[in-house]
Amino acid sequence: MLTKRIIPCLDIKNGRTVKGVNFVELRDAGDPVELAKIYAQQGADELVFLDITATNEKRKTLIELVEKVAEAINIPFTVGGGISTVEDVSMLLAAGADKVSINSAAVRNPQIIKQMADEFGSQCIVVAIDSRAVNGKNLVHTHGGSKATTIETEDWIKEVVELGAGEILLTSMDHDGTKAGFADELLSKVSQLVNVPVIASGGAGNMQHFVDTFKNGKSDAALAASIFHFKEIGIPELKGFLKQNQIEVRL
Amino acid sequence: MKIAIIKYNAGNIKSVMLALKRLGYEGVLTDDPEEILSADRVIFPGQGEASSAMKYLKDKGLDEVILNIKNPFLGICLGLQLLCKHSEEGDTNCLGIFDTEVKKFPNQLKVPHMGWNSVEHNNDACFSGIKPASYFYFVHSYFADICEQTIAQTDYMLSFSTVLKKDNYLAIQPHPEKSADGGEQFLLNFIKQH
Repeated sequence: MLTKRIIPCLDIKNGRTVKGVNFVELRDAGDPVELAKIYAQQGADELVFLDITATNEKRKTLIELVEKVAEAINIPFTVGGGISTVEDVSMLLAAGADKVSINSAAVRNPQIIKQMADEFGSQCIVVAIDSRAVNGKNLVHTHGGSKATTIETEDWIKEVVELGAGEILLTSMDHDGTKAGFADELLSKVSQLVNVPVIASGGAGNMQHFVDTFKNGKSDAALAASIFHFKEIGIPELKGFLKQNQIEVRL
Repeated sequence: MKIAIIKYNAGNIKSVMLALKRLGYEGVLTDDPEEILSADRVIFPGQGEASSAMKYLKDKGLDEVILNIKNPFLGICLGLQLLCKHSEEGDTNCLGIFDTEVKKFPNQLKVPHMGWNSVEHNNDACFSGIKPASYFYFVHSYFADICEQTIAQTDYMLSFSTVLKKDNYLAIQPHPEKSADGGEQFLLNFIKQH
């Protein structure tokens, strides 16, 4: 059976991990390659690298990092953050990334999704969506969730899949950082709207939240950052707990 | 040990090179017939679309080269599908090493079939050190039907061929280069076979 995936997310700035990490095994806690290797060894199913660098040097340092990660780990990984052109995607895939995720650029110009999918195949184009509830509607937000649009999340998801998105990474801004659980109601709704995998993001606080998002949210994968980085939850124990709860995982 | 990786218009070739490097081997990316035919091992990776890939292989004469290889040969993902008789993707006549058809997953499933799924195998030497029901990483929208040459299979609503074997030709649908320790073991078994 196809398993549910557990995906740690690493925020990257200037080629280094940001947000503190609490790993005694790490010689250099800011080295994304070392952290990636540990997660791969612990049984992470995939990794996501989100680049939040805002400088002109961004592209070069990111490409160098992707090359090092691709050399070091034997599981798939996705790279996101500021990707806006077919050329960006081409360079990241050539450097060894398995998938790329696009967010604000797709909202600005939805046709870019089609161009990227036509060029590289849907399987490597992830569309990341930041959603927040405003007056009873789920609205797409851009620029790291800071700018509201008038687009409804459910409509946007259908549109991006029609344009060729191969996977959806849905972050609930309402849940992100709360540690109160994933946005399972919204996730379950969108999972039934489209037939591509949906990754739940935002709100993970304990192991039961992962069970809930796989069972109630119908999510195909779950992404989290700080609870893994601060070792509040270890990946082996999380997978054991999921298995006990009759959720198929790779052990 | 000379390992040739066939260069054609399909993506995901770099990750195969890097996996070989982690295992201590150097792969040579090439579309030169002489170099491919003289290699000790040949890997045919790929991610892409069947009809354009077949057209490219034919234009370069690589279809004949692949059919004439005598040393161990490994197709991965699209590389497996192109070794079958025919693919529904672009209604493409393929190389015909394996006596089976490549079909699209039915619409009621999430497509692509993406992620880790378990592989039931027959303990062939290529699975040495790989437990039954081990997990491998898949990304594909088309699958090869089960046939006589199927030596491993996977369920995604229906059962399909995960690994096919005929003479010196071996092919695997998931990506061993991205399938953690089990995938690396599979690649090692392929390289180290006698």
